[in-house]
Amino acid sequence: MTDFVHIGKPCGKIDGISLATGREKFTNDFYIENPLYGAFLYSPVPHGEITGIELKEAMAVEGVVKIYHYENTPDRLFTTAGQGFPEPSPYDTRLFDSRVRFAGDRVAMVAAETEDAAQEAVKKIKVEYKELRALFDPEKAADPESPKIHAGNEYAKIPVPYLPEKNIAAIIEIGFGDTEKGFKEADFIEENTYKVHYASHAATEPHAVSVYFDERGRLVIITTTQVPFHVRRIISSVLDIPLRMIRVIKPRIGGGFGGKQEIILEPYGALIAWDTGRNVKIVLSREEVFQSTRTRHPMRIKLKTGFKKDGRITALSMDALMNNGAYGSHSLTVLSNTGSKVLPLFNKIENLSFAGKTVYTNLPVGGAYRGYGATQGYFALNQQIDIIARKTGQDILEYCKKWHIKEGETSAVFEALGEGKEGVSQTVKSCKLDSCIDMGAAEIEWYKKRGKRIKTEDGWITGVGLSIGMQGSGIPLIDMGSASMKMNEDGSFNLFAGATDIGTGSDTVLGQIVSEVLKIPLEKVLVLSSDTDLTPFDVGAYASSTTYVSGTAVKKCAEKVLSQILDVASEMLETDKDDLKTEPEKIVSAKNGKNVSYSEISIYSLYQANQFQIQASASSVLPESPPPFIAQFAEVAVDIETGRIKPLKFVSAVDCGQPINTVLAEGQVEGAVVNGISYALTEEYIFNKRGKMVNPNFGNYKVYTAADIPEIKTIIAESYEPTGPFGAKSVGEIAINGPAPAIANAVFDAAGIRLYETPFTPEKVWRELIKQGIV
Amino acid sequence: MKGAFIINGTAETYTFGPADTMLSVLRKNGHAEVKSGCGKGECGICIVLLDGKPVNSCQVLAASVIGREITTVMGIGNFRNLNPIQEAFVEAGGVQCGYCTPAKVVVTYSLLRENPDPSDADVRNALDGNICRCTGYVKILDSVKLAAKKLSGGTDD
Repeated sequence: MTDFVHIGKPCGKIDGISLATGREKFTNDFYIENPLYGAFLYSPVPHGEITGIELKEAMAVEGVVKIYHYENTPDRLFTTAGQGFPEPSPYDTRLFDSRVRFAGDRVAMVAAETEDAAQEAVKKIKVEYKELRALFDPEKAADPESPKIHAGNEYAKIPVPYLPEKNIAAIIEIGFGDTEKGFKEADFIEENTYKVHYASHAATEPHAVSVYFDERGRLVIITTTQVPFHVRRIISSVLDIPLRMIRVIKPRIGGGFGGKQEIILEPYGALIAWDTGRNVKIVLSREEVFQSTRTRHPMRIKLKTGFKKDGRITALSMDALMNNGAYGSHSLTVLSNTGSKVLPLFNKIENLSFAGKTVYTNLPVGGAYRGYGATQGYFALNQQIDIIARKTGQDILEYCKKWHIKEGETSAVFEALGEGKEGVSQTVKSCKLDSCIDMGAAEIEWYKKRGKRIKTEDGWITGVGLSIGMQGSGIPLIDMGSASMKMNEDGSFNLFAGATDIGTGSDTVLGQIVSEVLKIPLEKVLVLSSDTDLTPFDVGAYASSTTYVSGTAVKKCAEKVLSQILDVASEMLETDKDDLKTEPEKIVSAKNGKNVSYSEISIYSLYQANQFQIQASASSVLPESPPPFIAQFAEVAVDIETGRIKPLKFVSAVDCGQPINTVLAEGQVEGAVVNGISYALTEEYIFNKRGKMVNPNFGNYKVYTAADIPEIKTIIAESYEPTGPFGAKSVGEIAINGPAPAIANAVFDAAGIRLYETPFTPEKVWRELIKQGIV
Repeated sequence: MKGAFIINGTAETYTFGPADTMLSVLRKNGHAEVKSGCGKGECGICIVLLDGKPVNSCQVLAASVIGREITTVMGIGNFRNLNPIQEAFVEAGGVQCGYCTPAKVVVTYSLLRENPDPSDADVRNALDGNICRCTGYVKILDSVKLAAKKLSGGTDD
């Protein structure tokens, strides 16, 4: 099972050298001949009707070609969520609308000959608004007296509860057993309210789009996307451009994290181009990315657990209220993930209910964000488990090991809760969470530190905390990936994969899968991915799907190619196919030891006899979504005087099945961990009274840098997922879920205060210390 | 206005406006290897070396540095003549999306030239002004240490 040649190795990324020498092109690096530049005007008001737009002065700016707004653009509802079709997000967004719904909503777009002219003209557009009462408090969204943000003709494409007349963008209610009975049986009831906050993906590359016409008048759209095929489909439908006239190319991408799973810029670039017949460039500023693109959905979770003296949970009810801001991107699916990726973890709970509601407010818009609802849910669950273990006097490590889902087990939640429809029942086939807990505990020296409140040299008090979790590997029976391959004369192979490498290294991982199947060095796999003209379809990079779903398609494809290679070799060696074996870059007859190299096979097949191109294609859609598992440990120091928290060490032990590339798998974990720590401690959207985010820059929205990080350790457990390609599961998202709850639990261990609300700013911590009489 | 710069060792003359930044002048003249992340000098994505010292090129007016030496990642090494720093970043996993890599390579180059055997704290401080959202910095710190080893003639492990 583990005698792999290319799998599980720390090989460098296939685009590593070209990136490190600056040769790779990102969206805004392409030369576009004589483009028009697009620039946006945003609403300064949180909620209002546009009563007049005066363009005269703006149009007079030299170089301005056209200004787009609600009166001269298609009045068509769509969702910016880059999901499969039909999207499980409400159709509630127009390119431009007469109504603005948050400070940062798009009012107009200037197309001009230069960037400066476009920006200058934006400042000269005069807009009159009739301001409407704004709704900022998600708790009040459904109140009858609250202003209605979407009460027109918006609709959900799929039959899910969607009630815009009550500002409700999704409702989910599932359950099993009898929670009332379960709570009655309990010796203790623990009920807490947890809140997680807004965040920016903060990918270093801001959103951009470059559009040009090819020789035959087709639109070529180079864009910062995680979902090139969804981009093509959505542009076609929003702008009524035949799909065949659009080609979407994903170049190198400077990080996505969900923020580029949104059709945020492409239809606007396409609009200018299609309308004017000119090439187009649009690049967002950092400020625009913060204020007007997408964010992590804030959530309030009420979590109630009833449990016996031995810690057995007799009932659990989770009530989640998700704030989607002004538009309903991912309103249903992020919410459902808060249940479906979180609640199966403790699968012995017999009485369970999950009630979730997503609401509209006049605040920035939520969207896909690494973790995708699980981050929100685990913040609540992991603190609750810490509380239960403490209350029942148990070692939390042993508690988790006793109650978490095991190999061969299932959870009723899998079947009850899917993405926009019922879920898919599945049995866990690989789970090494116990060993993750043990290895992580050893690395952090858990028993030497837990409950010891050791003082640091400068008098801060230390504590350690645990968080465990699971995620999925793609969306079962929905996510589809595909690939095709062909063989060349030198025994190299082209791999055309729909899968979308957004910086994760998936091109490399998919190449390694081909290497392993065909027993060839990685440099003999030429990977081209994500071009709607050249590669087959793939849903794109989201839901932790690429290695598992697209990787399975690539493996199947390579196996088909290998079968054709064996056919030709059998003809060449005049040996039965069954007597052949694959060796590095050649096929050998087991009978007589004769062999032919891949190069000879390819030349034979192309030029010599019974000629044909050795080539194949394959698709993959999988009936399950095997969860990776993780145990994460934080060691922190708390300054009781000031409320400052300093993370000292962070350990993640992860079961991602068999990692295809160890260094890239660790990189996924470490990147997610630091994003998670930064989110827990320093990143924060600060709003003014008008709902405008007032810190849209890295100076005031603090993202961790190299100088800030604690000691970070990543351990990859030995594991093998039988349904995955070479035993692999996902690893992209899971590690972002643990830092906030692990740190919160460590702070309790250090200082005895519970932090129910992120981020844990010194002020918040200090106030809590005062409240508890600790300072 | 017009001005000549020594870019990666070659004198180049560009036309630009008085308010144009080094970043925009470089990018407009084919130096797309210099990336842009925030335009405010807060993320370090656009760092180049100015007379050997790292600067945020979005914060430097082109007119103020006429005649001076500018080094981008392409001046550090290329496909046919890789700098060990670039190899180290690839080998140690310091490159994920690669958008911040050109800046990190030039910062590392500048650091190791002045301080061939930097401590962990030295490396962290040198990279402090340089955001990466993908790697969590662990493998970037490893990359710099590996680069130091390679440059001092040590073995990879």
